[in-house]
Amino acid sequence: MAMKVLDKASQFLVNKAEDMGISIGINRLEAQTPQCGFGQLGSCCRMCYMGPCRIDPFGEGATTGVCGASVDTIVCRNLLREEIGGAASHVGHARHVVLSFKKMLEGKASGYKITDRDKLMEVASGLGIKADGKSDNEIASEVVDKALEDLSRQDDKPMNWIKLRAPKKEIDMWRELGILVSNAHNEIEEGMHRTSMGNDADPTNLLLACLRIGLVDGYAGLHMATDFHDIMFGTPKPRMIEANMGVLEKDKVNIAMHGHNPVLSEKILEWAGKLESEAKEAGATGINVVGVCCTGNELTMRRGVPMAGHNLQSELILLTGAVDAMVVDMQCIWPSTTKIAECFDTKIITTESFVKMSGATHIAFETEHADDAAKKVVKMAVEAFKARKGKEVSIPKEKSVGLIGFSVEAILDVLKKVNPSYPLKPVIDNIVNGNIYGAVGFAGCPSIKLRDTSMTEIMTKELLKNNVLIVTTGCTAHICAQAGFMDTAATNKYCGDGLKSVLTALGEAAGLDGPLPPVWHMGSCVDNSRIATLLGALANKLDVKISQLPVAGSAPELVQEKAISIGTWLLALGLLVHIAPSPRILGSSLATKVLTQDIEKLTGGKAYVELDPIKAAAGMMAHIAQKRAALGI
Amino acid sequence: MKEVFINIERCTACKSCEIACSVEHSRSKDLFTAISEYPLPIRRVHVEKALSFSYPVKCMHCSDAPCMAVCPTGAMYRDEEIGSVHVNKERCMGCWMCAMVCPFGAITADPYMKIARKCDFCRKKVKEGGRPSCVEACPTDALSFGDVDDLTKRKRASAAETVAKAASMAKEEGRKVTPLDLLRIIGGI
Repeated sequence: MAMKVLDKASQFLVNKAEDMGISIGINRLEAQTPQCGFGQLGSCCRMCYMGPCRIDPFGEGATTGVCGASVDTIVCRNLLREEIGGAASHVGHARHVVLSFKKMLEGKASGYKITDRDKLMEVASGLGIKADGKSDNEIASEVVDKALEDLSRQDDKPMNWIKLRAPKKEIDMWRELGILVSNAHNEIEEGMHRTSMGNDADPTNLLLACLRIGLVDGYAGLHMATDFHDIMFGTPKPRMIEANMGVLEKDKVNIAMHGHNPVLSEKILEWAGKLESEAKEAGATGINVVGVCCTGNELTMRRGVPMAGHNLQSELILLTGAVDAMVVDMQCIWPSTTKIAECFDTKIITTESFVKMSGATHIAFETEHADDAAKKVVKMAVEAFKARKGKEVSIPKEKSVGLIGFSVEAILDVLKKVNPSYPLKPVIDNIVNGNIYGAVGFAGCPSIKLRDTSMTEIMTKELLKNNVLIVTTGCTAHICAQAGFMDTAATNKYCGDGLKSVLTALGEAAGLDGPLPPVWHMGSCVDNSRIATLLGALANKLDVKISQLPVAGSAPELVQEKAISIGTWLLALGLLVHIAPSPRILGSSLATKVLTQDIEKLTGGKAYVELDPIKAAAGMMAHIAQKRAALGI
Repeated sequence: MKEVFINIERCTACKSCEIACSVEHSRSKDLFTAISEYPLPIRRVHVEKALSFSYPVKCMHCSDAPCMAVCPTGAMYRDEEIGSVHVNKERCMGCWMCAMVCPFGAITADPYMKIARKCDFCRKKVKEGGRPSCVEACPTDALSFGDVDDLTKRKRASAAETVAKAASMAKEEGRKVTPLDLLRIIGGI
């Protein structure tokens, strides 16, 4: 019996799972509850075989591990390993895209091209690459070399992508702190080395290593991935989209793209278009590609593909019985999906050699043969449709609309219409006069532990009411789109008067009938880079550090290790980072104190844990108020 | 009367019962808050190592409780509604007679209050139809909660199943099934 009550569309499918006797995440969480206290506090060490060692949080049992490691050491080592898991995912993603791009330049991956030449030139010039007399391909090759240098250099010089994307004041701060990293792979290796048995036992030194990994994540992961995505597939522009599971269509071949990397999903989308006639021959009215999780964000930002669902809905969407193929690449893919798909005519197709699942069909997706593989995948979906045709499906009615596609370039384009010579001026003026009281970036996942509390939705409404502009990425963007926050009508419905007036003026300048929406979709989880670019530009214009801006970040429903490494990068940038539920640090009073208080003296940022959405919004408001006061506005 | 039954073969020494007991006896009832309370909550179940096993030791709420019999001030008393044994903290003088006679070592000293502390059977929860926190927290059902009759019935059924399996194994192997053979098979000898 499912205890939690979710949003309408999700609940409809949760009920269906219950009727069919299919186990879903909610049931599995119930079976896992109560969860281990040592695990939740981070005070269990499994780094060597003298253990596992657990430190008694109530002081009655063991106070150190067998090797003598204190609870502070254990908690900080565990945290660093989580950071590494997150950063390895983002850097792996970025490396995959860079290598795909490199193959294309070498003429080995004919399915891809340079789509946004302007972005290529912007990146190249930022990296100090001289364009004179060189072909686009030559310039692009040099950009690739600069990227690969960040994964291979041994000279300890700062990463190229940090110099390219980080503001100067922050770079100076990191240099002083001794955390200006050079090579992402070395950092990941050293982090694993550092945390294995018998190495770093100094909790403070371990926490500094966490900040290093945060920078690795931010620059060799997020920024690098975004830059190459944009160059290869185009920089997002505003467009209207539909969201929620109601975007599935009974009479079409439904292909759900799930995972993270547009190198795959862009190709599937392309071939879905090319093979539409085959779908029609099979008796479908067409092919409907929909996006789940972050690859869904990539597709919607660049192509307007419907946003079918967030990570938590990746198994619910299968319960509709209407998905013919779910095609996955990397990260956030639940092994449960194959079990659920078995109950329907749905094919789960894995494509990455390092992401396989029993019960799935594996079609190796190599960029050299991208077109062949994509064609095969789409044909398989059409075959699955033939088996499904005519059967009952359970597609929820719910869908919402939204105006999305807020890349930094797109935001500046809108602002240029207000002030061509100084585009950021309207934003700065309105922050100063209080119409925009501040801004908050929401990132991360839907938490199965918090989804029934509408954590993200309530925080958003609370902040909008107080004239705080919201930008969002990742699965949180799916939540916001489904809640209608990206609908232009949401501005009048939820915003305070100040924010309403600004968004209305910007909407008019952009040539819309109404205002801009109050929650700006800035992309996938790697596109948190876009938020940082925007903050960097603002801070630069005002000649202040990012930590002085009246802004904050939030991972309101923490799930993935990636959120930990992104969050740590934001701490390094000097932001208040709200997070719920708590990271696994509370077993160590030292780690808790450093991350929630002391770190503010170093970078200006700090972590803030609060599970109550109203209190969390109030806490962020208080932080913004303090920053405004310090700026004298 | 409901009791907590302990199955030593299922205990993996995860100490989830210990943590849950501490949290249950904290002021906040929340793990993250409880760890920084002063005084820290005191648990009433202790996972002890024994040979190759681990065993969650706790008060068994004995029907003829020696702790009640020896208590000189009458602080130890029984809640007749659920049959559990409790300490009246107004009456306890901290002489530890109860701790000395408890065959399980289940009664400990509260260092702050200087009185005897023991499992209170999560009295409020149980009276509201719930289960004790240690039972709720146990991931392997090493701790189970129910009527003695039901629990022993379940145990008899499980014992019968073991014997039946051994018998059928012996039969398959074409061995003569004597009681001694059965014991050997059950014991894996």
